[in-house]
Amino acid sequence: MSIQEVQEEIIAEFEILGDDRESTIFYIMELGGQLEGFPEEEQKEENIIKGCQSKVWLIAEENNGKIHYQADSNTDITKGLISLLIRVLNDRSPEEIIQADLNFIEKIGMGNIIGSQRSNGLASMIKQMKLYALAFQTKLNA
Amino acid sequence: MKFDVNEIRGLFPVLHQEVHGKPLIYFDNAATTQKPKAVLESLLNYYEHDNSNIHRGAHALADRATQYFENTRKSVRDFINARETEEIIFTKGTTESINLVAMTFGRKFIGKGDEIIISTMEHHSNIVPWQLLCEEKEAVLRVIPIHDNGELDYDAFEKLLSERTKLISIVHASNALGTINPVKKIIQAGHAVGAKVLLDGAQSTSHLEIDVQELDCDFLALSAHKLYGPTGLGVLYGKRDVLESMPPFLGGGEMIKEVTFEKTTFNDIPFKFEAGTPNIGDVIAFGAALNFVNTLGKKQIKAHEDELLAHANQQLGAIKGFDPIGTAAEKVAVISFNINGMHPFDVGQMLDARGIAVRTGHHCTQPLMKRFGIEGTVRASFSVYNTKSEIDQLAEGVARIAKIKNK
Repeated sequence: MSIQEVQEEIIAEFEILGDDRESTIFYIMELGGQLEGFPEEEQKEENIIKGCQSKVWLIAEENNGKIHYQADSNTDITKGLISLLIRVLNDRSPEEIIQADLNFIEKIGMGNIIGSQRSNGLASMIKQMKLYALAFQTKLNA
Repeated sequence: MKFDVNEIRGLFPVLHQEVHGKPLIYFDNAATTQKPKAVLESLLNYYEHDNSNIHRGAHALADRATQYFENTRKSVRDFINARETEEIIFTKGTTESINLVAMTFGRKFIGKGDEIIISTMEHHSNIVPWQLLCEEKEAVLRVIPIHDNGELDYDAFEKLLSERTKLISIVHASNALGTINPVKKIIQAGHAVGAKVLLDGAQSTSHLEIDVQELDCDFLALSAHKLYGPTGLGVLYGKRDVLESMPPFLGGGEMIKEVTFEKTTFNDIPFKFEAGTPNIGDVIAFGAALNFVNTLGKKQIKAHEDELLAHANQQLGAIKGFDPIGTAAEKVAVISFNINGMHPFDVGQMLDARGIAVRTGHHCTQPLMKRFGIEGTVRASFSVYNTKSEIDQLAEGVARIAKIKNK
């Protein structure tokens, strides 16, 4: 599936939840539970994304030109948010990630659901994921 | 005025709104209380009719504004039963009041090796000013430990006292736990070793009867916005002789007697500590806030809030996974908790989805959170306009959240 197709899938899932704010938040938390296990030794200061109120650890590795992300957080909602980003961007080429237009965030009205503090955090997560992609792209092209 | 919570709610316009399609339930009163109509009207009235700079004005508006401004000073005097009006200094808030004492009293009277005592449950605003002062003066900051239920370890406090103790600065009621400290005993014990005592009254003044003469505290700091008044305004009460012994705080207009380029003489208290044009409109409106509290009476307010707290303890306490932080015998209407180890911010956001406003996080008391080995709590704090049915809805929300984690 393309990045856009995955985004549309997510948009459709959130549409089912409709205007029920509480259920939407519960759903985001549930998504967080599906994150793959994060290595405990990577829960260190240098892997923390700056600009998030809660703690979010993010690491990335490159396999055959694709980037694989792993993340964790100390809060369930944040875990859910980063799991959505990972679902859209994982195992894709650096170019795809760098160019990705993550319009699903706006389309599902995420800003309104999670509030301004967490929206800033979400923006920081995206930035950090794209920075990883940029770094791997430079490395691959070297 | 007879206590009728529905009638009281009618006086607070902000309460009558929906949040995310649900009626607003405002349980963030320890952060700031809502403002009754009388306060809003007073503000508007001042700017519509009386706006003018106070003191020294030779015209009618300045006269009126000065009179209303000084009326509030008298109201504050009566509210805390200070001996004299001049002992009431207007500041930006509790934080500035404490900093004022640190930078004037502290700089003059606290020296190398002297000791300042605070407690584990202080707000950062009653920690950091003393740390700065101690660093500057090579003085020592001592901290009273607390018990697991959030009560002060009084025996440990007595052991900290010595002739080196120059100041005890202690919170009257904890913002994060609600614990009411035995301040009268602390003040007496402090005076016995010759120390001065400052009470951080930010959380207590809206709930408890305050009589500074009976307590015999040397200083009391409070914030107007936690007392149904405007933001950006607070009070420092100090005993006359102590205030007079202190050097000025900020330099500028209002605080001088005579200025020449060679030498400046300073005005008398309280003006010595009120440099510049004060927050006139908000001071005047604060008078209306105090009037609101006086009309109901602290006794009725406390009784209502105690009832809410007991109800909350009962309703929330029955929920599996509910973990209260701070269960002191004497508390103001604050309930701090966690649910099944969930992050407080997540809980706060889920309650917000139900229109319930609570505060989450460390509540500017990081050392206290560390003492309990937690990152933060969810805090619901109740006020005069809250109802038992609102608490039932909080309990319903908390129960639902606890359930998803119990799965």
